Amino acid sequence: MQSTSDEFLKGIWKENPVFVHVLGLCPMLAVTNSAINAIAMGLATFFVLVGSSTLVSLFRNLIPRQIRISCYIIIIATFVTVADYTLQALVPIVHKELGAFVPLIVVNCMILGRQEAFASKHSVGRAIADALGVAIGFILALFILGGLREILGSGSLFGISLFGPNFEPWVVMLLPPGGFIMLGLILLFFNWVKQKKDNLVEQLATKELTNG
Amino acid sequence: MDNLVWIFISSLLVNNFVFSYFLGLCPFFGVSGRLETAVRLGMASTFVMLITAICTWFLNTYILIYAPYLRLISFIVVVASTVQFVEMAIKKFSPALFKALGIYLPLITTNCAILGFAIFATNRGYSLLEGIIFALGAGGGFTLALVLMAGLREENELSGIPQVVRGTAMSMIIAGILSLAFMGFSGLFSS
Repeated sequence: MQSTSDEFLKGIWKENPVFVHVLGLCPMLAVTNSAINAIAMGLATFFVLVGSSTLVSLFRNLIPRQIRISCYIIIIATFVTVADYTLQALVPIVHKELGAFVPLIVVNCMILGRQEAFASKHSVGRAIADALGVAIGFILALFILGGLREILGSGSLFGISLFGPNFEPWVVMLLPPGGFIMLGLILLFFNWVKQKKDNLVEQLATKELTNG
Repeated sequence: MDNLVWIFISSLLVNNFVFSYFLGLCPFFGVSGRLETAVRLGMASTFVMLITAICTWFLNTYILIYAPYLRLISFIVVVASTVQFVEMAIKKFSPALFKALGIYLPLITTNCAILGFAIFATNRGYSLLEGIIFALGAGGGFTLALVLMAGLREENELSGIPQVVRGTAMSMIIAGILSLAFMGFSGLFSS
């Protein structure tokens, strides 16, 4: 039996939606050419995920099984419309940069995945904890990718120059290929860490076997 | 006429949905393991796009001018019902293909390429004919990307790659290199 805090924590690192499950890639790669865009996208997704998880979990006994996916999609689409109009009103510049990718949060597989795999089966409290964890994990991933691409691609972070005027920006990092390659490298790093850990566990196990 | 050709080439190569807009990545990485499945999924997606193009144009012209805030919800309903229809048709006519596509067939609903296509077509104010051409170009581009990737991945399975790099990390870097190659097409229209 996992406690509520476990549900919250697992989404951030151990089951990070992007780095471990490789979900929600489309918005992930498209908007992470600067740290500020990444954060705005992350917050919008956060709002949609937490809101729809709450509603789905509240109505989980009322929604018939056969049409559940359509119901989830409509709930998600409602929240995305709210987020879209709110962003447009509060930060019009960022909204313009994100462009079509705010409405596209609807089809972020990570959000639908959470509804199907978790919120539709658990109580409201745990569904919210899970949504918060996953959403924070998603923001973290967006920020890491966006930050790295901005630092390498334009030598700045949040628009503040880091390396002075002599830095030659690596423009390809801001362009689409840079997104793919950078995420590939990050996933590579995660794989490498995991393999190291597996090897270590294996070594310890064999050591114990020989000692015992 | 020039305009139509331009829309087609641009959505097929220059602004390829996968490589320059990052749309439809989930099936792109999920289904591109085998060449045949990739072609079929690409064709199914193109068909859904085509129907979506026609439906969204009617919605935009006759209904959504009265209620713009319903845009997103009505689009997603159109996409979801088209996918349901395609799913039933494939199940009836080709059960083998139905099995091969598996979970990725219903997941076309959440394929950002389809909804993204509907939103782009609306934002750019395409007419019905332009929308249909755009659907063919975008769907063709998506199929092209899937096929390229599937071919490369089939080759990859037989070559000696270190264990760490195998899987998604490798596909991601290959996609990056393909995307670099596709950037070359942007020179087509500079003159």
